[in-house]
Amino acid sequence: MGDSSGSVLTAALLCFFAMDEELERDERVFLLGEEVAQYDGAYKVSRGLWKKYGDKRIIDTPITEMGFTGIAVGAAMAGLRPICEFMTFNFSMQAIDQVINSAAKTYYMSAGLQSVPIVFRGPNGASAGVAAQHSQCFAAWYGHCPGLKVVSPWNAEDAKGLLKSAIRDDNPVVFLENELMYGVPFEMSEESQSKDFTIPIGKAKVERQGTHVTMVTHSRYVSHCLDAAAVLAKEGIECEVINLRTIRPLDVDCIETSVMKTNHLVTVEGGWPQFGVGAEICARVMEGPAFNYLDAPATRVTGVDIPMPYAKILEDNSLPQIKDIIFSVKKTLNV
Amino acid sequence: MLSNISNVLRAGAQKNGAALVMSARSYSDFTTQASFEIKKCDIHKLDEAPATEVVMTRDEGLQYYRTMQTMRRMELKADQLYKQKIIRGFCHLYDGQEACAVGIEAAINLTDHLITAYRAHGYTLTRGGTVREIMAELTGRRGGIAKGKGGSMHMYSKNFYGGNGIVGAQVPLGAGVALACKYFGNNELCVSLYGDGAANQGQIFETYNMAALWKLPAIFICENNRYGMGTSVERAAASTDYYKRGDFIPGLRVDGMDILCVREATRFAAEHCRSGKGPILMELQTYRYHGHSMSDPGVSYRTREEIQEVRGKSDPISLLKDRMLSNNMASVEELKEIDVSVRKEIEDAAQFATTDPEPPLEDLCNHIFYNDPPLEVRGTNPWTKLKSVS
Repeated sequence: MGDSSGSVLTAALLCFFAMDEELERDERVFLLGEEVAQYDGAYKVSRGLWKKYGDKRIIDTPITEMGFTGIAVGAAMAGLRPICEFMTFNFSMQAIDQVINSAAKTYYMSAGLQSVPIVFRGPNGASAGVAAQHSQCFAAWYGHCPGLKVVSPWNAEDAKGLLKSAIRDDNPVVFLENELMYGVPFEMSEESQSKDFTIPIGKAKVERQGTHVTMVTHSRYVSHCLDAAAVLAKEGIECEVINLRTIRPLDVDCIETSVMKTNHLVTVEGGWPQFGVGAEICARVMEGPAFNYLDAPATRVTGVDIPMPYAKILEDNSLPQIKDIIFSVKKTLNV
Repeated sequence: MLSNISNVLRAGAQKNGAALVMSARSYSDFTTQASFEIKKCDIHKLDEAPATEVVMTRDEGLQYYRTMQTMRRMELKADQLYKQKIIRGFCHLYDGQEACAVGIEAAINLTDHLITAYRAHGYTLTRGGTVREIMAELTGRRGGIAKGKGGSMHMYSKNFYGGNGIVGAQVPLGAGVALACKYFGNNELCVSLYGDGAANQGQIFETYNMAALWKLPAIFICENNRYGMGTSVERAAASTDYYKRGDFIPGLRVDGMDILCVREATRFAAEHCRSGKGPILMELQTYRYHGHSMSDPGVSYRTREEIQEVRGKSDPISLLKDRMLSNNMASVEELKEIDVSVRKEIEDAAQFATTDPEPPLEDLCNHIFYNDPPLEVRGTNPWTKLKSVS
């Protein structure tokens, strides 16, 4: 499989490296989920792990999410550090009671007696042509719940650093990967190649500095925003692009600081608009000091409020495209 | 004989420090242990069954009696406090089922693990909780076992994972604990309890499958008290042979009103698990005197005659008491002394539970995350910023 010392690597590979390094570092870490072992992972993220660590630590489960998620949570309660993979987060709905009621709430209900160090990870949101039941974004659903940390990496470095932090975290972490980002190559920094490279959960990153508008986004749409920013720059509009990295807890300070500088806010996400991540960001900005710096109402760019269709032309028009982002920025800036 | 005296003295001194009234008879008159014939278990996919002739010592009998009586009185006190509105919300009482909790614990170690559903006060006691902290949790005070933040359904202690409110969810959790036992190679096991109502849950069958596949050291125990809330077993389950529902998992059906049956079956099951054979299922046939919870009078779906009959013929504490008395293992006075001492313990605990202050408001947002720096939590409005520490 190689090591992470190459300089251009994909997000999938980096998830693999994160898991490999943490499995090696701590005996209590193990991975379970459908096809994670002998199939090498449904999306090949865990390829090679079973050969290296064997049956005890890389466990193929039957197709029974509610059962195996409960088992993973119980194992975490008893002192192990499971990584529970959902083949996609759509299937986590079958197990969502275990994620919320058994994992997220337990430390609170027990007043600190029982902690649950578990990571729930897998691809989230739209893929390509997989239709309505396999395309939902769960950032808002999980982001709603106290007791959970919800992380949404964008690039390969995010994937590695945040997944390592998630595995080392003593609390339940929902780690929302993106299938379309798995295969995208990114250049890796020197420091990201270390076995102790972690990115703190709860801190957003300004991927691009700008002065005219703040774009707040997560996961795949960071790429879209950066592409839109490049186009807008040619027209003299300088966008500041914030990669949230973590959905919960939200780095409101980073957003506010930026909005106080640019006076304009556009949120971009793949999920549905109603009660979504963008809605929360707008509400938070209204409640804080940055509101007085807004020169225009904040704008949300989101997925279309429909179940995901199959036909390519329909699917393409169900999700924010770069032209939609550019359009929305210009409308917000009234240009 | 001398050890019996010192045990009783020690027990008396521990409980309330009061001077122990020596009964008229000398302790050398009592039998130190006796054999008992118990009901044979029905077995499923097993070649052997638990023993039907078992030995109980006087010390064991006294301890079981005291624990069951404590459990009984604690639950009855909770009933009282609930009716006085000092306990609120849900309160699912265990009286009638004492032989299950006490019998199971008698056959496992505190280093083993146990998880159950919401009818959990008895297990919180057997797993190391004190009556004080259980009652104070019911009344929502800071001295409660979960500092007042969990309530009746969310009590925890070492190797006891609650107290779980979602029917059936505790079973996969328990199998996960068993997985950890196997992973660590520590020869421990996990007992996962559920009721006849939960027994039809899909996630339980998912758990049976994985526990058997991976040979987890898991004892699944169905406490069949004949009613899932108000629905009798015949109306809820196409097959009421709960001990067979594990299909490929061997099973035992046990008289859950007889503590010695429960103990012996649990011993058998524990041995099965620890020898690496994988999971095993036990169905304990038991009965609850109260309704499903305090909001259920418990008589719209069953008859008062049925309740009286069980109380009259099968009460677990009476069964034990009769056994001990008729085998000369204890005297009536001695057992009465235990009753008095238990009553006092419960009164003290209730006193504490009603006078201990509620948790401080500063505690509202604590315990969201473990081992994390303090974080800010939004209050009910944007100007209220609350603090949360681990």
